[in-house]
Amino acid sequence: MKALAGYLAGLLFGLGLAVSGMTDPARVIGFLDVAGAWDPTLIFVLGGAVVTTFIGYRLVWRRQAPVLDVRFQLPTRRDLDGRLLGGAALFGIGWGLTGYCPGPAVASLPGLSWPLALFLIAMVAGWWLARRFSPAH
Amino acid sequence: METMSALQGLLGGVLIGLSATLLMGLLGRIAGVGGILSGLLFERGGDRPWRLAFLLGIVSGPGLLILSGLDWSNVAGDSGAVVGAPASGLAAMLIAGLLVGLGTGLGSGCTSGHGVCGLARLSPRSMAATLVFVLVAMLTVFVSRHMLGGSV
Repeated sequence: MKALAGYLAGLLFGLGLAVSGMTDPARVIGFLDVAGAWDPTLIFVLGGAVVTTFIGYRLVWRRQAPVLDVRFQLPTRRDLDGRLLGGAALFGIGWGLTGYCPGPAVASLPGLSWPLALFLIAMVAGWWLARRFSPAH
Repeated sequence: METMSALQGLLGGVLIGLSATLLMGLLGRIAGVGGILSGLLFERGGDRPWRLAFLLGIVSGPGLLILSGLDWSNVAGDSGAVVGAPASGLAAMLIAGLLVGLGTGLGSGCTSGHGVCGLARLSPRSMAATLVFVLVAMLTVFVSRHMLGGSV
């Protein structure tokens, strides 16, 4: 049942990315290119996703626990630190260079090209490196 | 066509929000794609089956659209395509992939984990991270496109 839940959530996510145009790096770069021919599409994607999630979370949090597990697993930290902001900055450089963040990069697998394959392999290497630098893991 | 693109963006965003709600309601988890996939590859334990299923799901979304031939996608300048072509060269893709992996790993989140789920939770860490990665990405595009002339 948990795997089915994971699949359905992934399917909705992948459909959402494709329908919204986020599987197109040109649309993403068009949004980030504020000094060029600005493409506002990403604002609508993020807005629609955040508002839906905001409402949806508050509805499901009325339960004591999720349907298929014993508790909600939410991050509890509220402090800002160098690892968080430095990591976000490194991610921003990579995102701006190519227009790919993890979701759209993986959702674009059905249209795999050599540049995308290289990006995905390097991204996995980056995750591995980050875990080596993280004392928590 | 600008209005159509905005409407598709909104609809796709709502689908992503429903996905995040489903994952929280059923499994109690944050729908952060970077965290889910990094966990699938580098952590042992009981989370592997649903994480693997999530990966299959996210790939099969666009995959099913391609197979069905439905024109529901929103690729700029190519109405028939579901997946847009990479806009960068091999070197940029390699460096960027490494930075995206390292950055989302160290910063504990990506556009979905911080940008969608974190903002919806009103998490101060996610608000700060989202502000930083959006502004740095905009600056990166400005430098690479307008100062270096798109040669990156």
